[in-house]
Amino acid sequence: MDLSKPLPTPTPTSAPFWDGLNDGVVRLQRCNACGGWIFYPRSRCSHCLSDDIEWHEVSGAATLHTFTIARQPTAPQFADEVPQILAVVELEEGVRMTSTLVRVTEKAIEIGMQLEPYFDRVADGVTLLRFAPR
Amino acid sequence: MTRTLRGKAAVAGVGQTTYYKHGQSPDAESKLALEAIVNACVDAGVSPKEIDGFASFSNDRNDGPRLAAALDCKELRYSNMFWGGGGGGTAGAIENAAAAIACGIADCVVVYRSLAQGQFGRFGRGAQVRHVSGDAAHTVPYGLMSAAQMFAMKAMRFMHDYGIRQEALRAIALASYTHAQSNPQAIMHGRPLTEEQYDASRWIVEPFRLFDCCQENDGAAAMVLVPAERAKDFAHRPCYVLGTASGGPNRSAAPVHNAPLYGSSHFTTVAKHLYRMAELTPNDVDVLQSYENFTGGVLMAMVEHGFCAAEEVNDFFVLDNLLAPDGRLPLNTSGGNLAECYMHGLGLTIEAVRQVRGTSCNQIDGAEVSMMIAGPMVTPVSSVIFGAESTL
Ligand SMILES: [Zn+2]
Repeated sequence: MDLSKPLPTPTPTSAPFWDGLNDGVVRLQRCNACGGWIFYPRSRCSHCLSDDIEWHEVSGAATLHTFTIARQPTAPQFADEVPQILAVVELEEGVRMTSTLVRVTEKAIEIGMQLEPYFDRVADGVTLLRFAPR
Repeated sequence: MTRTLRGKAAVAGVGQTTYYKHGQSPDAESKLALEAIVNACVDAGVSPKEIDGFASFSNDRNDGPRLAAALDCKELRYSNMFWGGGGGGTAGAIENAAAAIACGIADCVVVYRSLAQGQFGRFGRGAQVRHVSGDAAHTVPYGLMSAAQMFAMKAMRFMHDYGIRQEALRAIALASYTHAQSNPQAIMHGRPLTEEQYDASRWIVEPFRLFDCCQENDGAAAMVLVPAERAKDFAHRPCYVLGTASGGPNRSAAPVHNAPLYGSSHFTTVAKHLYRMAELTPNDVDVLQSYENFTGGVLMAMVEHGFCAAEEVNDFFVLDNLLAPDGRLPLNTSGGNLAECYMHGLGLTIEAVRQVRGTSCNQIDGAEVSMMIAGPMVTPVSSVIFGAESTL
């Protein structure tokens, strides 16, 4: 069994997001027709189905929407991360992402806590977007 | 004209195979399916050759045409799959079967589910892949891979929003284990669970301990449905389908946890349609089978079906309230997915029928209205209400 961790493969649609993470910025798509923010990356607005959508740099500021602590590794590759602090965060723009929390003690984790992005270069040319207390 | 399935179809027979620990079935999945279907036909007193429709869910690998050939059915008129993974579609398959009967598409439809995970691999395990794209690129690299984790986070949010204590989840687990002690067929028969054992059990993913998570089993179950006007031609007390509903609220399947209503079992809209069709309210329900993939899902599903307000959960979810025969709402009376068997909810559905027939191992005296809620937190979800003749 291949014990290396799974990595995201950018597509033409999602590349601006992943390229942004490599540059240390969070980029989101926004719809020019209705103003709605969109995640995950796609070719039409998830609110009004317009294809007039554009990438914008955002702060990455977020709040913790929910979390769980996995004390059994999800898969053998993640054994080194146990306990895994899995999280759903809500960005200021209103979209949610799944991630993990870093630089936090278990006791300090609270739904609603303020978070900032943490750019984690996990492989050559691959950066994951984790979150840390703000 | 009101469009409804109320009272149009009835369950004539139910059947099961032996239930095994996952991976332990000596038989192939298709053989298990055939055995359960034949057992349901024997229970009903109909020949398998009379079956003219097949309805299943969760992408069951045993399709209707193959089964119809194996059973030498005289003809095939209906072959149907309810989309969606997990156990969300158990009641949806009954809905599809009842709809086919009500519309005159078929006259004898079997609902079935067969699982042999040794043959085909387990559900709960995260996928083992190196490169991911699409929505999975935003979850899997972070280690978010299993249903347990996704559902844990939904339950965590709901419990946070309403100040729900762990003891509420514990009561759900204890109800299943308590009821299983009267059911010799239950996997956990002879293995009672105490509060102390629950509290000492290991965390899987918070807020779920070991006993909050369903087993995985091998086996099969089946149910034969017929037109209501034929319901009295069979061996057992008639059990009518009073209402069904399935689906989910706005964008409940939105990827990467972007459902507008996040801390939810996805029944908010479905439950309304269910009660409207059945012409009943939560107060009319005598006994409930509610699918435990994880106890947190049961809790949210029962709130969303109106059995108690979210703010009342800590008071409502105590063991005495959930036990047969005298609790306020007896829950999972044959042991449920946790302690009887995990058959993607068909075991729970069969128990709902037994309660109407009066043949449960934990029978509720005079049960007339019997509800089954299928797998919560996925999309689509589904639920069904069965009733005795007196409810028509
Ligand atoms: Zn738009």
